[in-house]
Amino acid sequence: MSGNMNINLKVWRQKNGKSQGKLVDYKVEGVSPDMSFLEMFDVLNDRLVSEGKDEPIAFDHDCREGICGMCSMYINGRPHGPNQGVTTCQLHMRSFKDGDTIVVEPWRAAAFPVIKDLAVNRSAFDRIIASGGFISVNTGNAQDANSLPIAKDNADEAFAAAACIGCGACVAACKNSSAMLFVSAKVSQLALLPQGDPERNTRVLNMVAQMDTEGFGACTNTGACSAECPKEISLTNIARLNREYFAAQLGSDRS
Amino acid sequence: MLDSKIPQGPIESKWTKYKSTVPLVNPANKRSLEIIVVGTGLAGASAAATLAELGYKVKSFCFQDSPRRAHSIAAQGGINAAKNYQNDGDSVYRLFYDTIKGGDYRAREANVHRLAEVSGNIIDQSVASGVPFAREYGGLLSNRSFGGTQVQRTFYAAGQTGQQLLLGAYSGLQRQVGLGNVRLYSRHEMLDVVNIDGKCRGIIARDLVSGKLERHFGHAVLLCTGGYGNVFFLSTNAMGSNVTAAWKAHKKGAFFGNPCYTQIHPTCIPVSGDHQSKLTLMSESLRNDGRIWVPKRKEDAAAIREGKLNPNDLKEEDRDYYLERRYPAFGNLVPRDVASRAAKERCDAGFGVNKTGEAVYLDFAFNMKYKYGKQVATLKHITDPTEEQLTAFGHEVIKEKYGNLFDMYKQITGVDPYKNPMMIYPAVHYTMGGLWVDYNLMTTVPGLYALGEANFSDHGANRLGASALMQGLADGYFVIPYTIGAYLANEISVKPISTDHEAFVKAENEVSDRLNKLLAIKGTKPVDYFHKRLGKIMWDKCGMARNVEGLTWAISEIQKIREEFWKDVRVPGDANEFNPELEKAGRVADFIELGELMCKDALERNESCGGHFREDYQTEEGEALRDDENFKHVAAWQFNEVGNWTLNKEDLVYENIKIAQRSYK
Repeated sequence: MSGNMNINLKVWRQKNGKSQGKLVDYKVEGVSPDMSFLEMFDVLNDRLVSEGKDEPIAFDHDCREGICGMCSMYINGRPHGPNQGVTTCQLHMRSFKDGDTIVVEPWRAAAFPVIKDLAVNRSAFDRIIASGGFISVNTGNAQDANSLPIAKDNADEAFAAAACIGCGACVAACKNSSAMLFVSAKVSQLALLPQGDPERNTRVLNMVAQMDTEGFGACTNTGACSAECPKEISLTNIARLNREYFAAQLGSDRS
Repeated sequence: MLDSKIPQGPIESKWTKYKSTVPLVNPANKRSLEIIVVGTGLAGASAAATLAELGYKVKSFCFQDSPRRAHSIAAQGGINAAKNYQNDGDSVYRLFYDTIKGGDYRAREANVHRLAEVSGNIIDQSVASGVPFAREYGGLLSNRSFGGTQVQRTFYAAGQTGQQLLLGAYSGLQRQVGLGNVRLYSRHEMLDVVNIDGKCRGIIARDLVSGKLERHFGHAVLLCTGGYGNVFFLSTNAMGSNVTAAWKAHKKGAFFGNPCYTQIHPTCIPVSGDHQSKLTLMSESLRNDGRIWVPKRKEDAAAIREGKLNPNDLKEEDRDYYLERRYPAFGNLVPRDVASRAAKERCDAGFGVNKTGEAVYLDFAFNMKYKYGKQVATLKHITDPTEEQLTAFGHEVIKEKYGNLFDMYKQITGVDPYKNPMMIYPAVHYTMGGLWVDYNLMTTVPGLYALGEANFSDHGANRLGASALMQGLADGYFVIPYTIGAYLANEISVKPISTDHEAFVKAENEVSDRLNKLLAIKGTKPVDYFHKRLGKIMWDKCGMARNVEGLTWAISEIQKIREEFWKDVRVPGDANEFNPELEKAGRVADFIELGELMCKDALERNESCGGHFREDYQTEEGEALRDDENFKHVAAWQFNEVGNWTLNKEDLVYENIKIAQRSYK
C-alpha cells in the first residue's frame, strides 16, 4: 500500500568527519501518510542503492519505537521534527503535506562531531555518565527493596527525570549547544532518591566538570531544550541541578 | 554427549550448594584475567559491570553508538520476581512452576529454579542502583499481573521497565568504565570468535566508523547479543538486532539449541503497509485491563472492516470475548502462545476487524468505566456517578498506568485509543531458542558463554511475560559472576595470547574476505529485498502455524534465496568506511543460513509445544499436543557446513514437576 504524497527533501550529505558537507536535493514519490519519517528514508535509500548513482544516506536509528534514543534528525530546523514529544522514528508522514519541502540535517554541536551524513558521535554523553551518573553500589550489596520506602511523589518525579533517552535533541536545540537538560535529568533522578543521597555532592560537581570538558556550551535558560525534548523532560530539572551544584560547591548539607 | 553439568542434590539447594563450592579466583589473579563481553543489554551490561567490580579486566562491545541503546531498553511491561510482596501466595517454587509450565515443559528444571531463586535479588539490586520502579502511596513497590500466572509478581516502571532497568545496569557499567575497569568499544561489531587449541580466546571486531578490523584477546568471551527475531524481517526487535555474533560462534563449534522456538506476541500494532520496517508491541500489561474481542457475527466483522459499523456501537451481547470464553480460569491473561493462536484462529475464520482482516480488538472501555471509574467515584464520595463521570475518572487512571503506550499507539496509527478500542495482531517478539549452554552458561566451546536471550536455557518452548528482563539480569548480575570461576580458576596461569597468533590472523583474513566478497558482487538488488523475501517465507511457513509441506518448501526456497543473495546483492561503498549497508548485508547473509536451520528444526520436531505449533499435532480443541515420549529433549544442532547440521539431544528430566497437558481453562 504505497501512498500518493510527493516530498522534496534537502538532505545534508557529508562523506566523513573530515570532509565538507552540503545539502542535496531528493524527490521521494508515492509516500504513504502511514509511513514513518525513517521509512521514507528507507524507500529513498532502496532507490539510491538500486540506481547505483549515489550512496545511500547514513543515519542513526535502531528501536524505531521512540525509546532507544538513537535516531537524531534535525528536521526543518527542529530536532525530531515538528511534533511535540516525539522522536524522529515516531514521526509519521501524515504530519506533512503533499509537495512539502523538508530540510534534514544532523545534530549540530561541537561536542557531537559528524561521522557521516546525518550520523553524529554522541559518546560525550557516555563519558558524562561515567563521571558520576550512577550510584556506587556493587552487585550483591543490596538490602531488601521494600526496606526503603520512597514517597510516591518523589519516586514519580525521579521517574519523570529518568525518562530521558539520551538522544541529544536538547543539545541540538540549544543555541549554545548546552547539555544542561541531559545532565540535570540524571542529577535530578538520583538526587530525588534516598539511594542517591550519599554521593550527591561529588556527582553533580563531577558531571558538570565533565560536561564542560566535552565542550558543551553554557545554559542561558532559553528553554528550547525542554520544548524540543521528545520525552518532555522538564526545565525544573535544570533549576534543581543549579541548586545541587551551588550547594555542593559550598559543601553544605541539604535536607 | 551433551553434559549439562547440573549439580547433584535436591532442587532447592542445588544452586546454594554449587555457589559455595564452585572454584574461586583470588583477587590478584582476577586482575590478570581478561573477559570480553559482547552486547550491552541487560545481560551484557550487568555482566560486564559485575565482573569488573570483582576485579576482572573487561572489554565491552556494542554495535550501537552507546551501550544504553541495546534493545532491552524497549521492554515495556515489567520484570517478575518471587517477592510475594502482595501476600497472594507467591513463592520461589510457584515462579519456578509457572515458568516450566509456561514453557510447555521444555525448559531445564535446574536453570529455571535458579532463576526463580535469584529473582528477588534483582529487584533489590535494581532499586539500590536507582531504578525508579512504580510505588504505592505508602512508599512501597507496586506490582501487577502478567500472562500465565495467578499472582501479582511483576514490578514495573510505567511502560518503560526495560529502559529503567537497562539504564540502571548501564550506569553501573559506565561507573566501571570511569574507574578504568572496563574498556568500552561502541560502534563495534563482533564478526568472528577466535578459538585456539579448542578454547575460545578472543574475537574479531569491526570498528563501524573506520571500517577497520580489530583483534581482541580474552581468557573468556561472553555473548550477550540478544535474539534472532529479525530473521522474520518484521518483528518487534530493533532494526539492528541480529544473530551474527551467535551465528559466527555456532559456525565455530557452539551448538544451537531449539532454533524453532520463537515467540509470537499477541498484542502488537497490525501491519499497515508494504513500507513497514518494524512492528511495535503494545505491552502485555495492557491485558490486565484490556479485554480482547471480535464480533460474534461475520457480517458485523465485515461491516466494521468496510467502515460501515463503529465497534463502539456493537452491543455487548454481539461481541465474542473469545479468550474469556475459551479459557475462563486465565481469561485475557493466558500465555502469549495461546493468546496469539486464538487471535489467528478468529481472524482465519473471518472475524478480523481491520482492512487486512488481520486484527482483533483490545478494549479498555469496560474497565475504564466500571473498574477504575467506580473506584475513583467512591474515593470522591460520589454515590451516583453519571456514565460520563465514570469515563472521565477512569481515563485518568488508565492514563497514569499506560499513558506512554496509549500515546505511542496514537502516534503510529493516528487513532485515539482512549476513545476507540485498540486494534492488535500477533507479531514476532522473542526467540526462546539460542546457543546451547550448560548450567554454567558455557556453550559447547570451552571459554565461550552465552547469556540472556542469546542462550536457549530458561524459557522452554514459550516465555512468560516479564521473564526476559528477569533472565537477562539474573544471568549477568547473579549467575555468571559465580559460574565463570569454574573455568577461569584453571586459566590463571595462561598469559594473554598475542593477537599476532596465526589463529587471529586467519580469522581476521576470513572476515575481511567475506566483507570484500559482499562488496564485489555488485548485483542488482538491495539487501532489504532478500531480507523481506526471507521474512515472508519464515512468517508464512515457520510462524504461528507450521506443517511438513510448508517447512519442506521453505527449506528449498531459502536455499534458493541464499544462492541468489550471493550472486545478486548490491552493497554500495567500501569496507574502510562507515557503511550501514555493508553491516546489514553481513547480518542478512547470516539470517538466511539461520532461517534454514529453524525450518529444519521445526520439521524435525514432530509435536506441538509452546510457540512451536505443528498443525498436524493438535488436540480436538486446537491446543498444542506434545509428544513427551519422543520429544522431551533439547535439540542442539551442530554445524558441519552451510546447509548441513548434525542433531544432538539433551534429554530433559523432570524430577520436581509432574508434566501434564498444559491447561489454562
